[in-house]
Amino acid sequence: MSRDDCIEVRFKLDWPGFTLDVDLRLPGRGVTALFGHSGSGKTSLLRCIAGLERPTLGRLVFKGQTWQEAGRCLPPHRRPLGYVFQEASLFPHLSVLGNLQFGQKRSGSAARVGLEQAIDLLGIGHLLDRRPDTLSGGERQRVGIARALAVGPEILLMDEPLAALDLKRKQEILPYLERLHDELDIPVIYVSHSPDEVARLADHLVAMENGRVVAAGPLGETLARLDLPIRLGEDAGVVLKATVGAIDTQWHLARVDFPGGGLWTRDLGIPTGRHVRIRVLARDVSLAIDEPGQSSIQNVLPAVVEEIGADEHPGLLLVRVAVGESRLVARVTRRSADQLGIAPGRPVHVQVKSVALME
Amino acid sequence: MLTETDLQAIWLTVRLAGITTLILLLIGTPVAWWLARSRAWWKGPVGAVVALPLVLPPSVLGFYLLLAMGPHGPVGQFTQSLGLGTLPFTFWGLVVASVFYSLPFMVQPLQNAFEAIGERPLEVAATLRASPIDTFFSVVLPLARPGFITAGILTFAHTVGEFGVVLMIGGNIPGVTRVASVQIYDHVEAMEYADAHRLAAVMLAFSFAVLLAMYMRRQQARREV
Repeated sequence: MSRDDCIEVRFKLDWPGFTLDVDLRLPGRGVTALFGHSGSGKTSLLRCIAGLERPTLGRLVFKGQTWQEAGRCLPPHRRPLGYVFQEASLFPHLSVLGNLQFGQKRSGSAARVGLEQAIDLLGIGHLLDRRPDTLSGGERQRVGIARALAVGPEILLMDEPLAALDLKRKQEILPYLERLHDELDIPVIYVSHSPDEVARLADHLVAMENGRVVAAGPLGETLARLDLPIRLGEDAGVVLKATVGAIDTQWHLARVDFPGGGLWTRDLGIPTGRHVRIRVLARDVSLAIDEPGQSSIQNVLPAVVEEIGADEHPGLLLVRVAVGESRLVARVTRRSADQLGIAPGRPVHVQVKSVALME
Repeated sequence: MLTETDLQAIWLTVRLAGITTLILLLIGTPVAWWLARSRAWWKGPVGAVVALPLVLPPSVLGFYLLLAMGPHGPVGQFTQSLGLGTLPFTFWGLVVASVFYSLPFMVQPLQNAFEAIGERPLEVAATLRASPIDTFFSVVLPLARPGFITAGILTFAHTVGEFGVVLMIGGNIPGVTRVASVQIYDHVEAMEYADAHRLAAVMLAFSFAVLLAMYMRRQQARREV
């Protein structure tokens, strides 16, 4: 990453009972997820980036522009960013349009296009005259996101924008977030404690614990690391970039190809050639030494064991295997690993029971 | 009906209360904002000083103000050096005294309103490019509107009702410092009970109407939420 295309972040924050100590280089494009349990410091880090928190020690260089360094700190209203709060926090005294225009009016000509595009992207054109208290939770959050985009920001910061919503509302908003990911060319920093959201939206992952960064890197690689101190439990698994390679209309199946192999999954109507991401959970991957015979699991790929790591339960292991250039993680019991003689370098066959396809 | 001096006293009262309320809006707003937002250790002492008029006998407040504004007091010396003479027994002397006397009735409702807004709308405004001053006018003022209405009404009504401080500072000069409450006192002293009744009834009706309007508004606001 060159200096002009990355965000250098260094913050130290001392509060009674909590210390944030972070020194990071974040990519200047794509969605970076700040991931961790509550209290891990991810929101504090985001607030430091926005200038809403005054850290004891801070340095922030955004694509070559210094926002903060010793003795100099740009106040939040001078930083060219958009911020989405966990609760939409719309101004109750303004209409939806008034809320959208609040920032746009103050950010100069750069944002003229931003407003139209934001209204369109979030699909809120029919809500403009409404009052915030007449909107549903999901609509409110969509307006909140559009309001942040309408200022024409150079970076979008999102603090668990879905956490305050129920499952149905989340499903309502996720497609819009995916659209943002595809259509915006500004970097997004997305705070979340949900592995599912991270898998769907993130390109890069920063895992945090107790105010420190415990892992950072591209999503696929970082998820495939077995030494992640953050245990994902049932959510352990990998995310791969793939392409829809073939569709079997007779059996309603689609084949997704990734570097090193292909997997059959339910056909969701996504046309061939489309780029997708697939998420393969460790619990859905099993290992066999010989090529399995007849089985209900039809996705079988040759692979080589790379690394074996501990899992949360003492009876279980996580095994990372290479399938061509790609990596999958399998969860197996310690006993079966022992009986099969699983060890780094050993060729195996992976059986994949289920694949989640994300457009 | 009300006599001409009664009407004069009522007009003087309304003028005094109106001017006091306006001045206190200008002074009380920043004080309340500071009290609502500050974490300084002397926030407590300042808050206590602001609240003093709630518990002090008006005569005590009036006594100190009289000394301060008199020819030998610091305020008196200052006004004399400006060629304004001294303030006691003038209308503007009454205004100054009323500002002190009614200060908590302006500051406390405003402080509560500002505190109720919380941190979040200010942070949102900052991330939407609004400077702190811009935020105050475009977010805080509209959100604190009910607080301003309450504070304005209470300040106005409380100034209308003041008596002790007026007597100490203003005396009883018709058309200058003789406000309605003092006029009633005069009527009673002169055994003009019928006149006292009429003016007292006006004051009672006014006070009740003001409080009624405020409580009805509050109830309505609660229903809207």
